[in-house]
Amino acid sequence: MITEEFAIGASPVHRIDPRLRVGAAVLFSCTAAVCGRFEPLFVCLMTAVALTVMARLDPRLVVRRLLLVNGLILFLWAVLPLTTEGSAVMTIGPAAVTDEGLLLSARITLKSNAILLALIALVATQPIGTLGHALNRMKMSDKLVHLLLITYRYIFVLEQEYSRLARAARVRSFTPKTRIHTYRTYAYLIGMLFVRAAARAERVHQAMVCRGFSGRFYSLSEFSFTKTDGAWAAGIGAVLLAVGWLEWMPK
Amino acid sequence: MKTPVIELENVSFSYPGGKTVLDRVDFQLRNGEKVGLIGPNGSGKSTLLYLLMGLQKPAEGVLRLFGRPVRTEAEFQQTRRRVGLLFQNADDQLFSPTVIEDVAFGPLNLGMAPTQARQKAKEALEKLDLSGFQDRITYLLSGGEKKLVALATILVMEPEVLLLDEPTTGLDEATCQRIIDILNDMPISTITVSHEYDFLARTTRQIFSMQEGQIRFNGSSADLHSHYHIHPAGTVPHAHPNSHSHLPTRSAESDPD
Repeated sequence: MITEEFAIGASPVHRIDPRLRVGAAVLFSCTAAVCGRFEPLFVCLMTAVALTVMARLDPRLVVRRLLLVNGLILFLWAVLPLTTEGSAVMTIGPAAVTDEGLLLSARITLKSNAILLALIALVATQPIGTLGHALNRMKMSDKLVHLLLITYRYIFVLEQEYSRLARAARVRSFTPKTRIHTYRTYAYLIGMLFVRAAARAERVHQAMVCRGFSGRFYSLSEFSFTKTDGAWAAGIGAVLLAVGWLEWMPK
Repeated sequence: MKTPVIELENVSFSYPGGKTVLDRVDFQLRNGEKVGLIGPNGSGKSTLLYLLMGLQKPAEGVLRLFGRPVRTEAEFQQTRRRVGLLFQNADDQLFSPTVIEDVAFGPLNLGMAPTQARQKAKEALEKLDLSGFQDRITYLLSGGEKKLVALATILVMEPEVLLLDEPTTGLDEATCQRIIDILNDMPISTITVSHEYDFLARTTRQIFSMQEGQIRFNGSSADLHSHYHIHPAGTVPHAHPNSHSHLPTRSAESDPD
């Protein structure tokens, strides 16, 4: 299930106003995503690494998350150099490895790692509840914020319900095999999970209505934008401007 | 004669395609009264509470809350803030990530400022001896803790009437006793739905039973209850004052008559 490994901490990054962290992460990701040159991409990656270091996160956990994404990127390295059109650097039988393909793969690798690290350092360092409230304060649609918070809350209940159903099947000697009985059982299990989820949603809504809920979501947390936050905002803004300048300055 | 806070007149309700759960029911709850409702599964006990909250609408009959008939959603929105319903399953009631947020949810809906709502929520938790719970994660609480926090989310809104739907089902004896003490300390009009006779006897003064769509008065819980456990506790030395405090443990009287 969801373990918020990075959410609790006392680092300077954890103390930044959640709204600033979310906003900075979004701007940073967009900037990194549109950059094409290598100099700005390196700056992005270095910034993201610096933020991660400042957030004092467990390096093993960070590396584990990075491996997950880079496993996918490995496939791109296997395919893109061969399929992108351009000047051949070397040929392997009938296939040619192109210059453009290699550069494209390198760019994607840099971008994904920079964005992922920035999200880990800035967004994963707050509990989901805080994230929801920060989004709410940033004028994000109420409905989407509800969806996030309530999904987060009930995903655990659904998991418990799933394990209860799975246990009920197991105590009656159910062992998964490749046969129709197994598939049918799993289909029933998932179907039952949906039915229960719908019924629960109904009851939760009723309970909320009983406590005066009328569609508007009020947040208990109050965020304060301190001077330190101002300094962070200026710092991150300067980095983004520098990245933009490196990307768009005439050669 | 105290004024009725809840009044049902000729109220009927049936689920679509199902049987009639309430059949022309007349019922009154007066200010300050504590009433227990007992009945078999599916006898319409919970439905009655849902009708009072406006979560289900009666097919016919009149429902009066605090002296005024209520029919429309807008009318129910006004009465809901004065009536607190404790759901049977606490997981349905607690939906916020942390305890304090969940308790403050009601006050925020009533239009309080965040600081005021937080203060109010803290006080409500303190009253139930749950002071250390504010930042606990709701889904990680035990069953008993969830129930107590759910009760706090209701009491924080300072309801004039409490509706309790099976408040002790699945709880251990210590938590049960804690809930009983809390309920007995509050002078709020209450309807408690349960199929545990013992629990009703310890928290309510009159017991009604629901059967075949009807609500019938069974008697005052003191009488009913002495009759109820006289044989099982017969060999245990005990007195019969006018309170219910002499009740021995539940195991001694699991067998009515």
